[in-house]
Amino acid sequence: MKQHMRAWLGTGVVIASAGLVLAGCSGTGGGTSPSPTAGELTASSDALTVMIGSSGDAETKAVTDAVAAWSSTSGTKATVVAATNLQQQLSQGFAAGSPPDLFYLGSDAIAGYAGNGSLMPYGDMLKNQSDFYPSLVQNFTFDGTFYCAPKDFSTLQLVINTELWDAAGLTDADIPTSWDDLASVAKKLTNGTTKGLVFNGEYARLGVFMAQAGGVLLTPDGKAEANSDANVEALTYVQDHLKDGSFAYAADVGAGWGGEAFGKALGAMTIEGNWITGAMSADYPTVKYTVAELPKGPAGAGTLQFTNCWGMATDSPNQQAALDLVEYLTSAEQQLAFSKAFGPMPSVQSAADAWKTQNPALVAFLAGADYAQGVPTQAGASDVIAAFNTQLETLKTADPKTILDKVQSNLEALK
Amino acid sequence: MSATASQAAPAPTTARHPTGIRRGERLAGWLFVLPVILILGVFLFVPVPMALWVSFSDWSGRGSPLAPGVGFIGLENYGNITTGGGLAESNFGTSLRNNAWYVILVVPLQTALSLLLAVLVSRQILRGRGFFRTAFYFPSVTSSVAITVLWLFLFSTTGVVNQIIAWFGATGPNWFNEPRGLVHLALEGLGVTTPPAALTAGGFLGITWWDWLAGPSVAMFALILMAIFTTSGTFMLLFMAAIQSIDPSLAEAAMVDGANAWQRFWRVTLPQLRPALFTVLTLGLIGCWQVFDQIYTGTQGAPGNTTLTPAYLSYQAGFQDQKWGDGAAIAFILFLIIIAFTLLQRWVLRDKPVSRRRMRAYLTAGAAPSAAVPAASAETKKGATP
Repeated sequence: MKQHMRAWLGTGVVIASAGLVLAGCSGTGGGTSPSPTAGELTASSDALTVMIGSSGDAETKAVTDAVAAWSSTSGTKATVVAATNLQQQLSQGFAAGSPPDLFYLGSDAIAGYAGNGSLMPYGDMLKNQSDFYPSLVQNFTFDGTFYCAPKDFSTLQLVINTELWDAAGLTDADIPTSWDDLASVAKKLTNGTTKGLVFNGEYARLGVFMAQAGGVLLTPDGKAEANSDANVEALTYVQDHLKDGSFAYAADVGAGWGGEAFGKALGAMTIEGNWITGAMSADYPTVKYTVAELPKGPAGAGTLQFTNCWGMATDSPNQQAALDLVEYLTSAEQQLAFSKAFGPMPSVQSAADAWKTQNPALVAFLAGADYAQGVPTQAGASDVIAAFNTQLETLKTADPKTILDKVQSNLEALK
Repeated sequence: MSATASQAAPAPTTARHPTGIRRGERLAGWLFVLPVILILGVFLFVPVPMALWVSFSDWSGRGSPLAPGVGFIGLENYGNITTGGGLAESNFGTSLRNNAWYVILVVPLQTALSLLLAVLVSRQILRGRGFFRTAFYFPSVTSSVAITVLWLFLFSTTGVVNQIIAWFGATGPNWFNEPRGLVHLALEGLGVTTPPAALTAGGFLGITWWDWLAGPSVAMFALILMAIFTTSGTFMLLFMAAIQSIDPSLAEAAMVDGANAWQRFWRVTLPQLRPALFTVLTLGLIGCWQVFDQIYTGTQGAPGNTTLTPAYLSYQAGFQDQKWGDGAAIAFILFLIIIAFTLLQRWVLRDKPVSRRRMRAYLTAGAAPSAAVPAASAETKKGATP
């Protein structure tokens, strides 16, 4: 029984710590401060705490080094904390009224924190504001306010196993540029246990087909358009090829994600982001691959992008120093250093050329920035997408229109 | 303490205002229980009412829930998850459905298995009893996280379990990726693929009756097997202790009376295990309704929300979606469910006088009336005491 108790203790500890805060230092007044407005940054000589959800030692070291370098020039002390569970530790920090000053924040979490006033909207105060890709700025704009600086980003593209490609008699000229091309090469690559195209059965992958068909879940002004004809067309296309066996979900071939299926040659192609390069060199160093742009759909090119930002806490006592640190960390030079250390793409346009020169094999990923769609960030949207993913798992046998109608009604129920 | 001193103590005046040699005892008593009071206070008496308050408030997770800006919104959070009509309601319904099937399968099976194991390893003639006791208890002392990871390997699509199934010429399911329910699969096997309209028309908590009856998904079934595997050792220990405290002369007397092994177990041993049975069922029920670790470290609700449980949903609502009120409300509904089940089970397992029907079994067993007396009288005596 002890194992089940931990869940309750966990919740209890948080609430208890909130209680202690209340009893011990009721002066923090976290809940009483008015919702933040731009232009009033706090300033003090307090040290900064930066909390990151690190992908590994390389990322932790790179961020720690960069922050230390900033500290030595600015004179403000700053420490980097690598969270084991970022969302949970952030929640604890906010509840206790002592959150980290800066932290990684996913675009799916921004609505929750911006909505309860935890997040300082500093986007318009950034000196390098105009350098960020506009689509990324859009991702971190909530209720018309640009909240936080995009830290970096990733896009999805088509990753191809070159050995299997050559073995199937395909050449560079065969790299698919339309849905029909993709279907025909996938069919040629399907052989025994190897499927042509393997990807995760979730919106964060299938969404590329919806984008290529010209569909969205939510329009930029927040209108639900999930069950549009474009989206139905996209899911029907995927369903047809799941049925004929040339496409497959990673889970259905016994892999945890598209990268694993690709590395184990269970799929000759996959749809993944630039993080796959790290996984390939670490787990499947012998597999040779190339990255191509995804084919154009009926409405042209389309892909999805994923990004995090540097969230700043409203309760931070030293926001001016924090803003300075963000500008330093998002500078082209610093982002290129991060990119070299752990692989993400710089979020600023001025770093694009240098990045392309450094990563000639991955140019396709950056090219996606021009036409990529962000995932919906409205409050509650992540729950709707989770429910959508549940439905997509059964896409092979379900009716695409019915699935999308359900998503539509769930989206319309959000506010 | 002498008998006379403890008898003198209950006198009201001396207890309230102790004098003389007993004066310091009151203070010492409080001093001794102070650590427990403090610990309980910090971890129970403060947080539980606070969580109850959160479930009735619009606290958004920033600053203290008792700060002035946090408002009382009555039953809105509870309404949101039970009658809201949105995803919050159907997720809660799904989680209750999943957990109910989990309880229905885990509690009886783990109780039966642990009782069986306890009886087996309590037998005097068994060689190497110590080894078997250790072996059966081992899963209970292993971290549930470690076992979950082990389970994910064993039940992966190409894992050991599926390879063993393949020896028999069958194809194993895609365990942790298979969202279809066992009952639905069984019905599908019988040719029922479209649900009757009566079951899809109505529903409860945003889930149609057809989906309530889906059964645990294949993924949940793997977790059910794990729960039985890990907890039966602990409960075996409780049953063993109870079995060992039974007077062996009772079994001998039954043997003299000509009862066979099954009758001895069913009529002599089992009735005397009722207190242990109550403990095991209560702990089993509470633990099963609170299942969290396996979900958090293993499946996180996937596939298709079929391993979502109220405890995990509560965590998710608070820590990921910043809907702390909803999360606390789920926790308190879960609390009420557990209380209700425990009371129900207490009522079912209450001491009853031996019914006439059961009495007849002893009297018409075919043996001489005197043979039935020891066992029957033992039970009647137990039944008579409240």
